[in-house]
Amino acid sequence: MTTTSLTKSRGAGRAGDKVFSGAALAAGCLILAVLFGVALFLVVQAIPALVASPDKIQGGEGFFAYIWPIVIGTVIAAIIALVIATPVAIGVALFISHFAPRGLASGLGYVIDLLAAIPSVVYGAWGAAFLAKEISPAYDWLANNMGWLPIFQGPASATGKTILTAGIVLAVMVLPIITSLSREIFLQTPKLHEEAALALGATRWEMIKMAVLPFGRPGIVSAVMLGLGRALGETMAVALVLSSGALTASLIQSGNQTIAAEIALNFPEASGLKVSTLIAAGLVLFVITLGVNMIARWIISRHKEFSGAN
Amino acid sequence: MTSTLTPVRKRSALTKGQLPKFAPYVVLALALVVGAAIMAVIGFNAFGWGIVAAILFTAGLVGWSAAVEGGRKAKDKLATCLVVGSFLVALLPLISVILTVLINGLPGLLDPGFLNTSMNGVTGAFDNKSVEQGAPVMGGIYHALIGTIQITLLATVISVPVGLLTAVYLVEYGEDRPLARAITFFVDVMTGIPSIVAGLFAAAFFFAVVGPGTKTGAVAAVALSVLMIPVVVRSSEEMLKIVPNELREAAYALGVRKWRTILKVVIPTAISGIASGVTLAIARVIGETAPILVTAGFATSINTNVFSGWMASLPTFIYTQILNPTSPSNPDPSSQRAWGAALVLIILVMLLNLGARLIARIFAPKTGR
Amino acid sequence: MSKRIDVKDLNVYYGKFLAVEDVNINIEAKSVTAFIGPSGCGKSTFLRTLNRMHEVIPGARVEGEVLLDGDNLYGPGVDPVTVRSQIGMVFQRPNPFPTMSIRDNVLAGVKLNNQKMSKGEADALVERSLQGANLWNEVKDRLAKPGSGLSGGQQQRLCIARAIAVEPQVILMDEPCSALDPISTLAIEDLINDLKDQYTVVIVTHNMQQAARVSDRTAFFNIAGTGKPGKLIEVGDTHTIFSNPTQKATEDYVSGRFG
Repeated sequence: MTTTSLTKSRGAGRAGDKVFSGAALAAGCLILAVLFGVALFLVVQAIPALVASPDKIQGGEGFFAYIWPIVIGTVIAAIIALVIATPVAIGVALFISHFAPRGLASGLGYVIDLLAAIPSVVYGAWGAAFLAKEISPAYDWLANNMGWLPIFQGPASATGKTILTAGIVLAVMVLPIITSLSREIFLQTPKLHEEAALALGATRWEMIKMAVLPFGRPGIVSAVMLGLGRALGETMAVALVLSSGALTASLIQSGNQTIAAEIALNFPEASGLKVSTLIAAGLVLFVITLGVNMIARWIISRHKEFSGAN
Repeated sequence: MTSTLTPVRKRSALTKGQLPKFAPYVVLALALVVGAAIMAVIGFNAFGWGIVAAILFTAGLVGWSAAVEGGRKAKDKLATCLVVGSFLVALLPLISVILTVLINGLPGLLDPGFLNTSMNGVTGAFDNKSVEQGAPVMGGIYHALIGTIQITLLATVISVPVGLLTAVYLVEYGEDRPLARAITFFVDVMTGIPSIVAGLFAAAFFFAVVGPGTKTGAVAAVALSVLMIPVVVRSSEEMLKIVPNELREAAYALGVRKWRTILKVVIPTAISGIASGVTLAIARVIGETAPILVTAGFATSINTNVFSGWMASLPTFIYTQILNPTSPSNPDPSSQRAWGAALVLIILVMLLNLGARLIARIFAPKTGR
Repeated sequence: MSKRIDVKDLNVYYGKFLAVEDVNINIEAKSVTAFIGPSGCGKSTFLRTLNRMHEVIPGARVEGEVLLDGDNLYGPGVDPVTVRSQIGMVFQRPNPFPTMSIRDNVLAGVKLNNQKMSKGEADALVERSLQGANLWNEVKDRLAKPGSGLSGGQQQRLCIARAIAVEPQVILMDEPCSALDPISTLAIEDLINDLKDQYTVVIVTHNMQQAARVSDRTAFFNIAGTGKPGKLIEVGDTHTIFSNPTQKATEDYVSGRFG
């Protein structure tokens, strides 16, 4: 068919479509490239530390001997944070979604979100200057009365700058993350299920046990995993609060160290192989948090298919 | 044994076997009094009093309910107490942090010259003098404020176009293609990158491309962009998604091209949400310390060139003033400066959060009803 | 200012699913043609293929020809954007652009395409289009107010004004009154009557009385069952379709025996 009234088109617009969609596509690809780049550059810069002879690495026993105590320390701090934060966060989420008066709920949610707005360095400063001091009598008490447990073995740190304090500060920091995600999930509970439970004569708590929690369980799990990712990677709270040292079983003595804090404390003055060692440590942290986050996202995406929401 | 017929009923059958309405208040009053008595014996402090009273209140109310209303109602009361209690517990650190920063930070903030002088030339000798002879605390955060603003601005300039365009791709062009799904997944993954790893990436990238030891404000801005882009993508994506398809169809039916439809109809409709999301993203990265620590170094003097030389920022200023006081023997002036800076930083973040809410409200499409 | 549409052997698919099968229909210029039929029979889907709006839905495609005065909409090199600027559309629910004023809504088709226009021309176009949509008297004093502040019926007429402002050959209406109250519906029906002096109008409606009131010709679509494609059963003068249809299914539907 030859040119008709329909094939005469305003050419410029058509090119605009191509340029614009190309730009959008490029931006999306750039993000993939950046993530790939993060991994690539970390690996490239970390290789010297991985192949160097063991006696050149800090501690003199090679990279592995250097990294594993701080990996354990990172995990300990994150676990303390989650053990404290998870029950409180779920409680807060339930409070906002099902207990607080309707009119207040969003305002209260905003108050909890403020916790997430406070910069981590401020939490660190607060933990070091206020919490550590206030909590050290409690550590003395723990050391005297529960000292038979290895994790509470005395003598307790006089300054209170221990891994437990750091864990508590981390708990405060991950609390809003777990809360906001759980709250979203709880609010999505099908109204029909809730009403069905209430119509059977269930109390509010029984309704929550029957309808809300089973529906929200995958969401809670992934929220906790995301909180874990944050707790593992958080730097400042630990760097400022913990007076670090060798791996120690007791949570109320000074000692232990996390990867992120190790990097922050040493990187600014590092040079040569030490830089590589720290970047390699960062790579280890990246891999760990990547794994945790991918599992969390996988749970969420699986959950989406089941819930049939949207 | 409950079903004895009573000819005269004072209370409705529907409210039988319930705690009276005033029960919680009675228990609360009792718990406060008994708690005060216990604390008086073992040494009074307000925090302990609150804890003891809360435990007594829960035990008392649940116990009473168990006796009068039975186990199910008692469990419900217990759950309510725990849920409300956890909310109150969550408020404690918030209040404590804000009070600590206010109390410690106000003296520093009110110090003349705090906002408009740098730490250039301020040495330990000055701090020793201010502690020993009561001279005013010297030095301020001007250099850090400038650094924070410039680094954050540059990060925003990098992140917003990339993030917004990616969101446009995902919503308008992605159509659930494998590439779009991969981007969505990795953007989610990126939100979980530890901030210090983002800093290390930027450092490693510039070490490899520009030269070892490259530390400038621009490196820090790249690090912050890695943290900021996923936040911008996610919030913009959500906002573009809720633009009704009807508006896109209306524009297409008028013979408007897709890119013009996106630029002139879709984005303007969503702009309030996008802008408030961007503001929240700025609020998130402006307080980041770790990535700046490993990318921009520490400076004590004013540096307005993001592309060369070390640069200070508020978070790293706080960090170094606490960890390495200017005068190791007299850390108090340093900690006063650190708290002052922390107060400024919190105020900045809160203003940004508030700004985000205002933007969302002001620029929302007007209905004119 | 108006053209006829001829559809030849049109099949519409969503992915592999055949949604509408083998439609042949001639739509006269300067007339109102109504599509009626039960829900899900594909009449809206078919309507959207007349200005290639179905392409907005991923996976939708057609086979066959749609000729606008002899030019195939699906011919090689035809830009759907050009098609849509000649064949306008009004939707089920009024959808004025919420970020624009009433005036800007009317000018949207011109402005969004970045065509330059003097203020005088623009004013004339706004007035002409709003007059054409019987809305001018109601809104002339508040052209700068947001379009979303109008009532539902006014919004729908604003959408019609917006559609005629780009001076199309054909106007497609997809159940334009289904979200409106009876009085607003009456206003739109009056307007449709006026529009056919200048435009070719195609309207999908669930309301048989409406089809009888406004249309010159009526096409009846039906579907054999879920999962089966929709089909055009019968098309003819509205009077004939409602009083003396040739097909049994049409008679059952218009007499209210099903659907």
